[in-house]
Amino acid sequence: MPRRDDIGSILVIGSGPIVIGQACEFDYSGTQACKVLRQEGYRVVLVNSNPATIMTDPEFADATYVEPITAASVLQVIERERPDALLPTLGGQTALNVAVALAESGVLDRLGVRLVGAGLDGIRRAEDRRLFVKAMDEAGLPLPRSGFAHTTDEALAVADTLGYPVIVRPSFTLGGRGSGLAADPESLARIAGEGLAASPITEVLVEESVAGWKEFELEVMRDGRDNAVVICSIENVDPMGVHTGDSVTVAPAMTLTDREYQAMRDAALACIRAVGVETGGSNVQFAVSPDDGRMVLIEMNPRVSRSSALASKATGFPIAKIAAKLAVGFTLDEIPNDITGETLAAFEPALDYVAVKIPRWAFEKFPGAEARLSTTMRSVGEVMAIGRTFAEALGKAYRSLERPEFTFGADGLPAQRTLDEVADPLAGLAVAGEHRLLMVERALADGHSVEEVAAASRIDPWFVDQVGSMAEAAASVRGRALATLSPGRLRAAKRAGLSDRRIALLTGSRERDVRAARRHWRIEPVHKTVDTCAGEFEARTPYHYSTYEESTEVRPATRPRIVILGAGPNRIGQGIEFDYACVHAAFALREAGFETVMVNSNPETVSTDYDTSDRLYFEPLTAEDVLAVCAAERPAGVIVQLGGQTPLAMAAELARAGVPILGTQVASIDVAEDRRKFGSLLADLRIPTPAHGTATSVEEAETVAERIGYPVIVRPSYVLGGRAMDIVYGPEDLDVFVREAAAANPDHPVFLDRFLEGAIEVDVDAVCDGDDVLIGAVMEHIEEAGVHSGDSSCVIPPPTLSDDELDVIESTVLTIARALAVRGLLNVQLAIRDDVAYVIEANPRASRTIPFVSKATGVPLAKIAALVLAGRSLAELRDRGLAPANGTGYRSLPHVAVKAAVLPFGRFPGADTVLGPEMRSTGEVMGIGEDLGTALAKAQEGAGVTLPAGGAVFVSVANRDKRSIVLPVGRLAQMGFRVLATRGTASVLARAGVPAEPVAKRSEGSPNAADLIEAGDVQLVINTPFGRGPRTDGYFIRTAAARAGVPCITTIPGLVAAVQGIEALARGSGEPRSLQFRQLRTAEAAAGGRGSARGPRGVAGSDADVTIGSGVLDPALIASPGGEGGKGST
Amino acid sequence: MTHPTGPDALLVLEDGTAFRGAGFGAEGEAFGEAVFNTGMAGYQEVLTDPSYRRQIVSMTAPHVGNYGMNDEDGESDRVQVAGFAVREASRRASSWRATATLRDRLREAAVVGIEGIDTRRLTLRLREAGAMRAAVSTVDLDPSSLADRVRAGPGMLGMDLAADASCSEPYEASAVVGTVKPPDDSRMAPVFRVAAFDFGIKRNILRLLHENACDTVVFPARTPASDVLAGGFDGVFLSNGPGDPAATTYGIEAAGELVDAGIPVFGICLGHQLLAHALGGATYKMRFGHRGVNQPVIDTHTGRIEITSHNHGFAVDPEAWTDREAIEDARSEGPPAQGDPVRATAVESPGSGTVVLNRWNLNDGTLEGLRCERAKAFSVQYHPEAAPGPHDARHLFDSFRDLMANA
Ligand SMILES: Nc1ncnc2c1ncn2[C@@H]1O[C@H](COP(=O)(O)OP(=O)(O)O)[C@@H](O)[C@H]1O
Ligand SMILES: Nc1ncnc2c1ncn2[C@@H]1O[C@H](COP(=O)(O)OP(=O)(O)O)[C@@H](O)[C@H]1O
Ligand SMILES: [Mg+2]
Ligand SMILES: [Mg+2]
Repeated sequence: MPRRDDIGSILVIGSGPIVIGQACEFDYSGTQACKVLRQEGYRVVLVNSNPATIMTDPEFADATYVEPITAASVLQVIERERPDALLPTLGGQTALNVAVALAESGVLDRLGVRLVGAGLDGIRRAEDRRLFVKAMDEAGLPLPRSGFAHTTDEALAVADTLGYPVIVRPSFTLGGRGSGLAADPESLARIAGEGLAASPITEVLVEESVAGWKEFELEVMRDGRDNAVVICSIENVDPMGVHTGDSVTVAPAMTLTDREYQAMRDAALACIRAVGVETGGSNVQFAVSPDDGRMVLIEMNPRVSRSSALASKATGFPIAKIAAKLAVGFTLDEIPNDITGETLAAFEPALDYVAVKIPRWAFEKFPGAEARLSTTMRSVGEVMAIGRTFAEALGKAYRSLERPEFTFGADGLPAQRTLDEVADPLAGLAVAGEHRLLMVERALADGHSVEEVAAASRIDPWFVDQVGSMAEAAASVRGRALATLSPGRLRAAKRAGLSDRRIALLTGSRERDVRAARRHWRIEPVHKTVDTCAGEFEARTPYHYSTYEESTEVRPATRPRIVILGAGPNRIGQGIEFDYACVHAAFALREAGFETVMVNSNPETVSTDYDTSDRLYFEPLTAEDVLAVCAAERPAGVIVQLGGQTPLAMAAELARAGVPILGTQVASIDVAEDRRKFGSLLADLRIPTPAHGTATSVEEAETVAERIGYPVIVRPSYVLGGRAMDIVYGPEDLDVFVREAAAANPDHPVFLDRFLEGAIEVDVDAVCDGDDVLIGAVMEHIEEAGVHSGDSSCVIPPPTLSDDELDVIESTVLTIARALAVRGLLNVQLAIRDDVAYVIEANPRASRTIPFVSKATGVPLAKIAALVLAGRSLAELRDRGLAPANGTGYRSLPHVAVKAAVLPFGRFPGADTVLGPEMRSTGEVMGIGEDLGTALAKAQEGAGVTLPAGGAVFVSVANRDKRSIVLPVGRLAQMGFRVLATRGTASVLARAGVPAEPVAKRSEGSPNAADLIEAGDVQLVINTPFGRGPRTDGYFIRTAAARAGVPCITTIPGLVAAVQGIEALARGSGEPRSLQFRQLRTAEAAAGGRGSARGPRGVAGSDADVTIGSGVLDPALIASPGGEGGKGST
Repeated sequence: MTHPTGPDALLVLEDGTAFRGAGFGAEGEAFGEAVFNTGMAGYQEVLTDPSYRRQIVSMTAPHVGNYGMNDEDGESDRVQVAGFAVREASRRASSWRATATLRDRLREAAVVGIEGIDTRRLTLRLREAGAMRAAVSTVDLDPSSLADRVRAGPGMLGMDLAADASCSEPYEASAVVGTVKPPDDSRMAPVFRVAAFDFGIKRNILRLLHENACDTVVFPARTPASDVLAGGFDGVFLSNGPGDPAATTYGIEAAGELVDAGIPVFGICLGHQLLAHALGGATYKMRFGHRGVNQPVIDTHTGRIEITSHNHGFAVDPEAWTDREAIEDARSEGPPAQGDPVRATAVESPGSGTVVLNRWNLNDGTLEGLRCERAKAFSVQYHPEAAPGPHDARHLFDSFRDLMANA
C-alpha cells in the first residue's frame, strides 16, 4: 500500500560525532532518509550534533537541531516540534538507545509520537541478549551455548559449564566494547570485570568461543507485507575473534556452497521475523565451522549499520533510502530500482565483480595501547575496492589505504623491514595484527604451504591461496628490467592486482615508467558498471570501477565534465568534513551546468552515493587510478583542493601528466606545502612567522634549534594531522624525534620552528577568486597553540579577539591569498602572542572547519568555492545572491557556536590522554547557544563528556599552572563542588581561601587519586601534565579517569571553558532552536532586520510565526533537496 | 589462478564475437547455445542440471569452483552442460565436503571449459543480441572458421531434447532418495503415490516429493498417459527438462490426456510449458531467458513476493489465449505495481474451462504460473525445489499435496 498519510511529520535522530564503531556511514544513511522522506512530502525534523555531516545542512530537513543526542535534549525538541512519528533506525546505536529510552519512559505515547521503522518490542528483542536468546530458541535458530553473569564469580561459574575458551559479551555496548576472549579463569576474571564496567546494566554474557570459525554477515530487508530479501552476503577474511569492523571482508561470500548459503539465508530471514523487525534493513551475523559446517547465529542489528553502508556501495542497492520508504508504508515492489530504471526494489542483487573492504587503523597514534586485533573494534575508517577478481580488488583496496609502507611485498619499504625482523611468520600469524595479510604472503614466500598458513592464521585456505597467486605474479616480475618485461607478463601482473608502484619497486624503475610501458603495450584498464543485476538489465546510473578486462562501459558525455577527488578512508586528521566539501561542490557544479565526476574509495560517505554526482568512480585515490579516470572522461578540470591532503599531494603528478587542475595551481600549492618556501614567502610579504629552519640530520637539527631557541616544534612537511610531530624542550629529546619524523616520510626534510608557548591559536577559512576574498570566519581556539587545532575546541564569534586584531588577521589572509594566487578555498592558521599575529601554516584546500563555519554563519562556503573553481568571480556571485553582499557577519552572530573534538581514548586503554600537536580525535560535535557557556556545555555533552553539576573535583597541576587555577577552582567550590587536591596544589588553594582536602599521590601510597577515581568518588579531574611518558603520577590519574569515563581536563583554557559550561548548566541551557530559525535571525541581523525571509516552503510548526524570506540569501540556497524537480540536486 | 596456465582456448558466437582465454577441464570442442547464469553460488547444481543440455553456460560471477565439487549436491549423476565459461576457475577446493576440484570433475566428464575471458562482455552481448549458437574449442583457434562451423549447427528452436535427457526405464524414486516414512504429524497423514514424468528431472524435486510424503515412481518422457492413469496414482508430476516445449509433442499429448482424466497435475518449468500447451496456450523463445536465483515472482492471489530460482529460455505466452479478462485479486485494492498492472488474468481453455494466470515476474512481466480449477492442475515456470537458489517457493509441494488430498 502507498505511503502512510496518517503521519505528517517525522523526527529523524542522527548518530552524532564520528566515533570508532559508529562513523560517517550514518551520515550517508541519515542524509538519504531525510531526502527521501521530504520527497514524499513529510515535514522532517532532525536532531544531530555533528556539524560535519551533509544531513545537518539546513536544506536537508525542515527543522535541523544541532543538539547533543541525549534523551533529554531530544525530548526538548519533541516537545517543541511535536512530530507525529520518530524514525530511530538510521542513526546507529546512539539513536536507537535514545529512542528506546524515550519510548520506555512513556513520553512518546504521552506526546502521541509513533515509532516507525522498528517497534519497541523488536528493538528490545534484538538489543537485550536475554530476550534475543529466547526469541532465537523459539524460532529454532542455533546460537553458541552461553550463560548470563552480573559478577565475575557468576562468570567463572558459567565458564566452567561451557569449558574454555569463552567470550565475554557485555550487554548494550557498541562495537564490541568491553568484550574479549578468555582462555582461562585468570583472563576471564579480568575481561569479565571490564565487561561488567562497560555494560550500562552491569551484565555480560559468557559464551562458548567459536574463535577461528568463518564469520559471515547478511544484509536483509523486510517490508510491511512481510516480503523479505537478502541484499548482500559478506564473508570476513579474518576469522571469528576479530571484530567484523576490524576484519578484511569481501562481498559476495566466496566459500559457501549453495546449500550452506541457503541455510544461512533461511536463518537470517527467520531471525528478522522472530525479532519482529517490521520494516527496513537489518544485519545478521553468523559463524560457520570450517571443519564440519556447523552454523551458529552470532547477533543481529535491527537497524542500518556499518555493513549496510558497505553493502549499499558494494551492490548499488541504496539500503537506507529504501528503508526510509518502507518505514512510511511502501512495499518493496512499489519502489523503483534507480540503477536499472526498469526493475523494482523487490529482488536480490547479483554481483559480477568482487568488492573487498580493508579497515584503517591508527595504532601509531596511541602508543601504550596494544596493537592486537580482537573482539573490540578499533579501526578509525575503511576503504572498499571493486575488481573483477578477488586479487584485483584486494590489490586496489591495499593501495586505497594510502599507507605506502603497507603494500604487498613492500619490497624494501619500512613494512618490509618490520617483516624481515619477524623470525617465524607462522608464529606471527597466530596473533591477528594490522599487517597479517602481508605476513601471509611472507610465509608463503618462505615456502610454507597454504594449509600451514591457513592453520596458523585461521584464514580460509582459498583466501590464503589468492594472496599466494599475487605473490607468484610479483615473483614473475621481481628483478627483471621493465624494458625486458613481455606485454603478457605485465598484463598478467596487472590482472593479479599489482599496482604500478609495486611493479616499479620490483623492477627497480619509477611508477611513471611503468605507466609509460603500459601505454606503449596498450595495457590500460577499462571501466565497468555496478548495476545490481550482473548485466541482466541495462544500467542507467554510471557507477563505475576499473578492471583489466576487454570492454569499457563509459558513455560519452553531453556536458563539460569536472572530476572531484574525494578524501579516501576516514583517518585521524582527515574525516568526513572533507567529504562535506566534495559533496557540496558536486551539487553546486551540477546546478551550474557541468557533469560532475566523483572519485573516492570510502564506502561510508555521501560522496560515494551514486545519487550525489552525475558519474561515480569507486576507485583508489592514487595517481595511477585517477589518471585512468581522466583518460576515460577527458575532464575540463580536476578539483584537488576539497578532499584534504590526499588529492592535494597528488596535484603535481596529475599536472605533470597534463591533467587540467582547477583552482589554486600546483606552483602555489607547493609553496604553501613546503615550509621552507612558505617561510621565505612570508618573509618577503613581511608577515610574522615563528623563527624556523630545516634539517635532514640530527646534527643539522641541533644547530638550527640552537639558532631559533628552545622549545621548538619538530615535524616532517607534507604530512597531515601533525603525525610524528612533537614539542622538544632540549637537545637530548631532539635526536629521538628527528629519527621518528624521518621514518614517517623519508623523502622530505624535517622542519623545526620556534614553539610559541601560551599563544592563542586562530583558524581562518576563506574563499578567494584570485583577487577578492570572502572571509568565512575567524575561529578562536580554546586550547592554546601546542594542542593540535583538530583536537581543540574553537568558537565563532571569536570571544576574546578585538576588532583591530581581527582586521589584522583578515588582511594577513588576504595578502597570503593574493600572493599564492589562490582560487577556491584557503585555510590559514595563526598564533596570537604579545599583539603579534604569527602565521603557522596555510593550506590551499578545504579544511576540517568548513562545515562548522557554514552552519554557524549560514553561508555555504563549499558551494561558493565550487562556483569560483568553475570560473565565477565573487563579485558575480554576490550580484546573483549566491554569496553574501557584505561578509558572513561572523563577528556579530545572534548566537555562539562551539566546535568540540571527540577523542577515542576509551577504545585505547593505557594510551596517555594528554593532548599535543599530534591530532588524535576521530570526530567533532557542535554546540549552539545564546551564550558561550551554553554552547560549551552542549558541545561537551555532544562529545560524550557530560560535565557534572556537582560532586567532587580532583585537582593536581604543574607548578607553572598553580596560580591560574585558583579563580576557576574557587568558582567550582562556590557552586558546591567538594575540592580534592594533591598536597602542593591543596596548599596554594587553601592560601587563596579555597577549601581543599589533600589526597595522596600514587608514589605516596593509597588511597590515592587513581583509587578514588576508580571507586567513583570523583566526578571531574583537572590534571595538567608535569612531564610526559607513562610512569608519571599524572599518567595513572588520566588513564584511570579515561577508564572510569570521568571527564579529565588537561589544560588551563580547557578548565576555564568547563567552568563556564557548568555555570550554564546550572542556569539551564534554554529552549533548543532549529538551524533554519537561527540562520533566519542571522540573515535578518546582517540585513539590519529588514524584511522577513521567505523560502519556497514556508516553515510550518513552531517557527511558523517567522517565515524565511529572500532577505540576503537567495531562496535557491535554502531550497529543499530534490523538492523542486531534479534528482537530489540541491 | 590469476594467469591461467591451461592451453589457449577460443569461445565464438554465431555472430562472430570471439573471446580468447585458457582451457580448463577437458580439451577439445563443444557446440551449443550460449547462455548466462547470474547465480553467485551453486555451480555444481547448474553443471548437473539436465535442462542445460546442449548449452554452453557462462557464469556471470567471476570466481567459480571455490568450494570444489562433492558427492551430495549434484542434480543428476553427471555433468550435463556442453561447455562452461568462467572468468576464473579456482585452482583449489576449499570446503570440508569437497571430494574433487571443479577442473578435475570437468576433465573426467570430458566437458570443455574456458576461463580468463571477459564474461561480462559476453553477458552484455547475449543480453542485446539474444542467446545464440556458440562453440568453445582448444583445437580450432581461428574465430572465422569456428564461427562458420557454429552457423552450420542447429539452434535451440524446434529442438526436442527431453527424451534424450530422460530415464530409459521407470524406477522407484526411493532408490535415489530413500523410502518414504509415513508422516508423523496429522496434516501429512496419507502417503500419496505420485507418477513423475522425467523430461530431465532434477534430483532435488524427488527429495522434496519424498519429504512431502509422496511415494514417487519416475517414468520415461515418452510414457503414454494411459499407462500412468492405469497405475492408480493419486497425482502426476511433469518435470523440468531441456529443449523447445513446442517440439516435445509427446509431453503435450500426455499432459492433455492427464488433464482430461481429471487427475491432479503439478508441473515445473518444461512441465509448466507442456501443461499450458495442453490447456490451449502457446510458448515463445525469450531473447536470453531467465537463469539465476534472484528473480522476484508475485502471487496475485496472496500478493506475496518470492525470490525464485530460474533456468528457462522459453516461456508461456499469456496473449495466446484469445478469450481473456482481468479478475479481482489480493493486489486489486492498491495501485498496480510498476509497469503494466500485475493482475490475475482468467482465460478460457478449450475443454478444461477457466485457467487463471496467477503468477508473474516483477522484473519483466513474464508469466510465471497458472492454475486450472476444473482440471485440478497447476504449474510454475520457476523452480520451487531451488537447488540452487532460495527456498521461498518450497510450499508449492504442500499445495500439490492439498490438490491430491481434495481430489
Ligand atoms: N562466540 C564467539 N566466539 C568467538 N568470537 C566471537 C563470538 N561472538 C562474537 N565474536 C567476535 O566478536 C565480534 C563482535 O561480536 P558481535 O556480537 O558482533 O558484537 P558487536 O555488537 O560489537 O558487533 C564478532 O565480530 C566476532 O568476531
Ligand atoms: N610554532 C608553533 N608554536 C606553537 N604551536 C604550534 C606551532 N606550530 C604548530 N603548532 C601547533 O601544532 C598544531 C599542528 O601544527 P600544523 O602546522 O597546523 O600542522 P597540521 O598540518 O597537522 O595542521 C597546530 O594546530 C598548533 O596548535
Ligand atoms: Mg557485530
Ligand atoms: Mg594545522
